[in-house]
Amino acid sequence: MSTLIERVTGSRLGGTSEQSIRLGLGIIRLGPVLILLLLVLVMTLLSPVFFSVANVSNVVVQTSVLAVLAIGQLFVILVAGIDLSVGSVLGLATVTGAIAYTFNQTAGGFFSIAIILLTGMAVGWLNGFLYVKGKMPHSFIPTLATLYAARGLALVISDGRPIPGVSPVVVFLGSGYIGPIPMPAIVVIVLAAIAIVVTKRLKWGRWVYAVGGDKEAARRTGIPVDRVLISVFVISGLMAGFAGLLTSGRTDAGFPTAGELSELTAIAAVIIGGASFFGGRGSVINVIVGALIIGVIQNGLNLLNVNVYYQLVATGAIVIIAVELDVLRRRLEERFRSLQAREA
Amino acid sequence: MESERAQQTREENGGPVLEVKNVTKRFGATLALNRVSLELHRGEVLALLGDNGAGKSTLIKCLSGVHEPDEGQILIEGEEVRIDSPMRARDLGVETVYQDLALFDNMTVVGNFYAGREPTMPRWLGNWGWVKDGEMANEANDLIDRLEVNLPGADMEIGLMSGGQRQAVASARAMAFGRKIVILDEPTSALGARESGNVLRLIQEAPQQGVSVIVISHNLEHIMQVAQRAVVMRQGRVVGEEEPTQENHERLVSLIVGSADGQVEGGNTEDGNTEDGNTEDGSAEPENGARDEGRRGE
Repeated sequence: MSTLIERVTGSRLGGTSEQSIRLGLGIIRLGPVLILLLLVLVMTLLSPVFFSVANVSNVVVQTSVLAVLAIGQLFVILVAGIDLSVGSVLGLATVTGAIAYTFNQTAGGFFSIAIILLTGMAVGWLNGFLYVKGKMPHSFIPTLATLYAARGLALVISDGRPIPGVSPVVVFLGSGYIGPIPMPAIVVIVLAAIAIVVTKRLKWGRWVYAVGGDKEAARRTGIPVDRVLISVFVISGLMAGFAGLLTSGRTDAGFPTAGELSELTAIAAVIIGGASFFGGRGSVINVIVGALIIGVIQNGLNLLNVNVYYQLVATGAIVIIAVELDVLRRRLEERFRSLQAREA
Repeated sequence: MESERAQQTREENGGPVLEVKNVTKRFGATLALNRVSLELHRGEVLALLGDNGAGKSTLIKCLSGVHEPDEGQILIEGEEVRIDSPMRARDLGVETVYQDLALFDNMTVVGNFYAGREPTMPRWLGNWGWVKDGEMANEANDLIDRLEVNLPGADMEIGLMSGGQRQAVASARAMAFGRKIVILDEPTSALGARESGNVLRLIQEAPQQGVSVIVISHNLEHIMQVAQRAVVMRQGRVVGEEEPTQENHERLVSLIVGSADGQVEGGNTEDGNTEDGNTEDGSAEPENGARDEGRRGE
């Protein structure tokens, strides 16, 4: 039995020697970066404006909301879960933030920022709580429920209409510049840096990977599995809050319908970024790369005047390639194991 | 000769590190453990033998905090303890390696050694603290050197390792953190001959690391290599105790399977104590011989 990719390419990436397997695994690890570089190269060749400062900055701003959502989604996917609610949470957070601002303009932007982020964390906590304490079979269920409920709540409290006017601080974060650098890019970089520290350097982050690797083993080694599980949903909700912050800053309004379907794009970015749906594998950097891949496809095809609908087809194709790479990784590791056993 | 060595270690090290007294465990109507008693001495490798369903697994689960005994006592270094959770067992210095090993495929050897107990700083950050990777790697490498385990490298992912290497990692982890007692459940059952050697040597070396070992195995050859004493269980009871040597091989087998010609001959080995017919409760001082095979015939 060979993997789809092996059959399609007709190659035998694994080979039989330890070196070639290690090489194959190394290439897979670099997969997302290679795909992005290839796309950038192709777009640059095809379109003269693609690599201009204005356009790159454009791509970055357009990708920022997706990147922030994807960082949060990564935490959930690392524990082999899924968070379908983030698009709705984004919408709800823009609404609560805008309402908070109309209520209390004197308290200024920071009050509405706090409300936006707390909204995200609250729904995230509810997701985690329902999943863990409600003994639900998969996080698909509670987050599907809050996908509907949070969107409904956003429509109810906004009466189905956009709420114009958000605080200047929020507008600055969502559409300002520092020199030539767009603020959303800086927000993404700061959040990504924090997420990298949490996942790579902090004990809690290690535990997220451990829980994703083997829940039962984690329990036996004394890791507080339930609290780790709830925490990743809170983090995902918080990131959806930040995504709402950027969205309302860019549109200068609270939009009850903002972020529709963006949960699926965020999941796609994480998967394209090489994180494993089986849990326990994935990195923040690669997820940002995954978001950029989607952004570059959209932007590049726009520049090339390709029918917008093809963007969706292209994104879908890349999702399949990414997941097949993960399947291939598991196969190579299996082969490596049997080699080790033979050598021992 | 082996028994002299065993006796010596026992005398040097004083009382038993673990005593199990009359432990009974029921699951519904099933009597999984029937007044089981045994002792583990300091620096000893004790084999726990028995057929499937003999109660070995239930017993070690009582020792590692998975089950709580319905009756009886467990003493560690002479003090009665209540082991009501795996964490409690760990705190008491008891580490258990089950057959599924509880390893994380997506983490390195070092990560697996320290999973759940990563050293961090600063202290006030608690579980959100910064992991001291350098310290972890150094200690893990020292440990691998000290235990002379044959591993491809401390920074290799477990997912890339063979069954033998995985078992070695899990065993080494238990040896490193089990301050007093390490319990190994069928450590060699899934391994080839060559891979077993690595793990068996690790068990042999355990007393030098200051830990006592209880090892469950179906493989009598392996038991004879590493254990000083073998306790045999059948149908939830301790039915005998032998020194695992080539001469006792058949006797051990008959104890395990419970064949009628269990050759009950008294006065055996070990510590020179004579049998004292403690058949009434099959317990009291198993060290003096909980050899109540006699009861079997009843």
